Amino acid sequence: MADGPKPSSSVKLVLLGEAAVGKSSLVLRFVNNDFQENKEPTIGAAFLTQKCNLPTRTIKFEIWDTAGQERFASLAPMYYRNAQAALVVYDLTKPTSLVKAKHWVAELQRQASPGIVIALVGNKLDLTSDGEGVRSGGDGSGDADVAEGEESGDARKVTTLEAQSYAQEESLLFFETSAKTGYNVTEVFTAIANAIPETSLKTTRGSNQAQGRTGDEQQRVNLNANSAGAKDGCAC
Amino acid sequence: MAEDGGKRAHLSPPGPSAGELTHIAHENYSSSQENKIQSHSSKLVTRPNVGDESNDGPPPPLPPRPGVAPSPQAATTKVQSIDVQTLQFPDGSRGTFQTPGARAMSTPVQLAANSGSSTPGRSSTVDADDAMSVMSIVAPTLRPPGDLASLMVSDMSRKSPAWQLLRSQSASVKPFETVRLDVRDSLADFAQEFEPVPGTSEQGGLGDEQRLAVWKSKLKHYMILSSSGKPIYSRHGDLSVVNSFMGVIQTIISFYEGADNPLQGFTAGGTRFVIVTEGPLYFVAISRLGESDAQLRSQLEALYMQILSTLTLPNLTSIFAHRPNTDLQKPLAGTEPLLSSLADSFTRGSPSVLLSALECLKLRKSHRASITSAFLKSHAGGNLLYGMIVAGGRLVSVIRPRQHSLHPSDLQLVFNMLFESGGIRSGEGENWIPICLPAFNNRGYLYMYVSFFDAAENTAPSSTSNSSDAVPEAIPFSPTHPTPQATSSDSIAIILISPSPTSFYDLQSTRNNLVSSLTKGPLLSHIRTSIQSGRPSLTTQISPGTPLSHFLYKSRANVQFCMPSSSPQFDSPLPRRKLMSLYHSLHGAVHARHCHLKVLHSVADDSTSLAWITPTFELYCVAGPNVSRAAMTQGANRIVQWAKREEERLFIIGGGVF
Repeated sequence: MADGPKPSSSVKLVLLGEAAVGKSSLVLRFVNNDFQENKEPTIGAAFLTQKCNLPTRTIKFEIWDTAGQERFASLAPMYYRNAQAALVVYDLTKPTSLVKAKHWVAELQRQASPGIVIALVGNKLDLTSDGEGVRSGGDGSGDADVAEGEESGDARKVTTLEAQSYAQEESLLFFETSAKTGYNVTEVFTAIANAIPETSLKTTRGSNQAQGRTGDEQQRVNLNANSAGAKDGCAC
Repeated sequence: MAEDGGKRAHLSPPGPSAGELTHIAHENYSSSQENKIQSHSSKLVTRPNVGDESNDGPPPPLPPRPGVAPSPQAATTKVQSIDVQTLQFPDGSRGTFQTPGARAMSTPVQLAANSGSSTPGRSSTVDADDAMSVMSIVAPTLRPPGDLASLMVSDMSRKSPAWQLLRSQSASVKPFETVRLDVRDSLADFAQEFEPVPGTSEQGGLGDEQRLAVWKSKLKHYMILSSSGKPIYSRHGDLSVVNSFMGVIQTIISFYEGADNPLQGFTAGGTRFVIVTEGPLYFVAISRLGESDAQLRSQLEALYMQILSTLTLPNLTSIFAHRPNTDLQKPLAGTEPLLSSLADSFTRGSPSVLLSALECLKLRKSHRASITSAFLKSHAGGNLLYGMIVAGGRLVSVIRPRQHSLHPSDLQLVFNMLFESGGIRSGEGENWIPICLPAFNNRGYLYMYVSFFDAAENTAPSSTSNSSDAVPEAIPFSPTHPTPQATSSDSIAIILISPSPTSFYDLQSTRNNLVSSLTKGPLLSHIRTSIQSGRPSLTTQISPGTPLSHFLYKSRANVQFCMPSSSPQFDSPLPRRKLMSLYHSLHGAVHARHCHLKVLHSVADDSTSLAWITPTFELYCVAGPNVSRAAMTQGANRIVQWAKREEERLFIIGGGVF
């Protein structure tokens, strides 16, 4: 299904979130389909690209994977400026990382381009009891089971319900993923690709220029939409 | 010079040979003399002026002479008489000559423990009347092969034929192959040196005492703490293990600080503690590897440079100015792997750090010139400060503005980040890294663009100019899906450094231009070929038939060094560490303060080694324990000749300037 004369466009996407929540691992899973245990922290930021094939068009993601440490925070505006999409990542096993994620969401809503598509992603699902099913079954439905997980061996500290309701309030896409198993990773990016309004995709090299997208907010695709185009051919 | 005249009379033939490597013979010549000596003895006797090279047919190229081409460091390396120290350790039965005082502070534990006796007074080395130092016959060794055994020592000829036969058999023993059963090898645990200290028993690890035992078994520790006693970094062990030691160290240091007489270092048993204070930070190195104080100090300085590289000096100062009790671990978050990989490269032994020099990829001069000119043409604006192509930690090409040069200590930080720490890997995109290069400017950040050539990438750059729309079908995710990744030793990185935080896309287009011009022609394959063939082999390419096993050659003017392939003898960590320890003790001895040493020949029961310092180069070489001094010096001369011949391939001279 690959190369038709479909329109192709670039989307600048930035990853934000506390240190060690798995931003780089998500990107590496998406770009290289690879995973490394004990990955060293990102220094500064990494720039990667990956294509995502939608039925009607091809999206080329230009991904800025930023370092999560506090001392790099002042550089973040450089990366989210003119970004059309942002992935704000937290660690399901670490409540403070969700707090940090909320700060990032607020900053993005305040300072990034108005039409930016934001996805809230809870990573490390493999460490939770939901993750058990994910590992064995291959495709569990992560959003089905809400909010408990007091079973033994469950490291989950942030319930799905809590994060999901916050995402709903703020009109964010919401996913729980595991970069380790690959669960839901492509779906995040595909959903973002689908959520990017066509109107903002005029240029093929769009990452640098600010693109007037005021008034796009209404088009922002709704929330808990991890069914949205999950099975679309994001060929990554 | 004048005051040295007396010494020179003993040591060197008059005139021109002052900078040449010389033979020094001792009566008790050790077990290393080869039987060739005998056959040449008559020749020697009939030729009184052994220093006159014109007797020996066409002379080979001369090594550079001191004073002819003074290096920038000429002030510290003024031409002097050749002072020779011969250390013969460890059995102690032989005379050991070392300079008094100069090494008292820095004598490596290993050496001090091994050398049996030391004759005080350098004069004994040069005093022909001294009972210990016997006949110091000096002759330049720069003569054609076949005439190498230039020395005749009377009692050598009295060796029995059986002894000679035995000698000739054992000449092939490689360094560090002899094993002493009676002495416990202090490096026996080196294989475990880099293993982490296990977690606490609650985490399924060991109990506190066992953890402490593991921690104590490490041969080398690095610790960083603030002057208020807050731990900042420890190479081994988490804070629960290290905390109390940090407290003790802080107490000891601050006691001396209070007395206005800061503690530099101390020795406990076979362990050397060295302390460096930098503003609000204490750096402590604890070593049982026998490095000199100066070497440990420079290692600690490098750790400090890494911290500055993360924070910049004004940031560091202001953090502690406002709150002296600050826990620096948080602002430094993410720097720990860099500190650890730096520390581990010191523990493994890094020639680059030891010599404060860079290594270059060996390339034909014309190839390197075309790479550099392609690099200069690719330069697409964007406020470029430095541009480099680096292959596995070895420089391929450098471009820079005329007014700025590169500092080895800065590049050491960059290379550590890119090739040792694993924080930045090929196949993981392009990187944009704020970094302070303290030797360039410790007050602000530069921005470093890094992009690796993928191992399999032979065509256009993968990232932005990826024109193919043929995206493979969705691959089912599997956690173990292997991704081909270049190992750090053969990955090629393009590094572009700019003072402007917003010049990423400019530098990216510079990179894309460069990649397309390298891949269009044969240039990239030249680089790849050179990487694949590795460092030149000493025995087959550099100097066939040499008795030497390894060497380091530093070109002082270029601040670069070269060495032969370490394969197969020094490939694994332990032999490599032994080799580096030997280099460290040679380097420490010849660079000890007040020690104007030019040549050092050192004999141990597992190796012989030679250090040779001139204003233009430093050469350190190592051979097996039974290699004679004559063979050693001849081998050394050959290497110097080779390095001169290959100079423009081995080293980058100047680099591209824009």
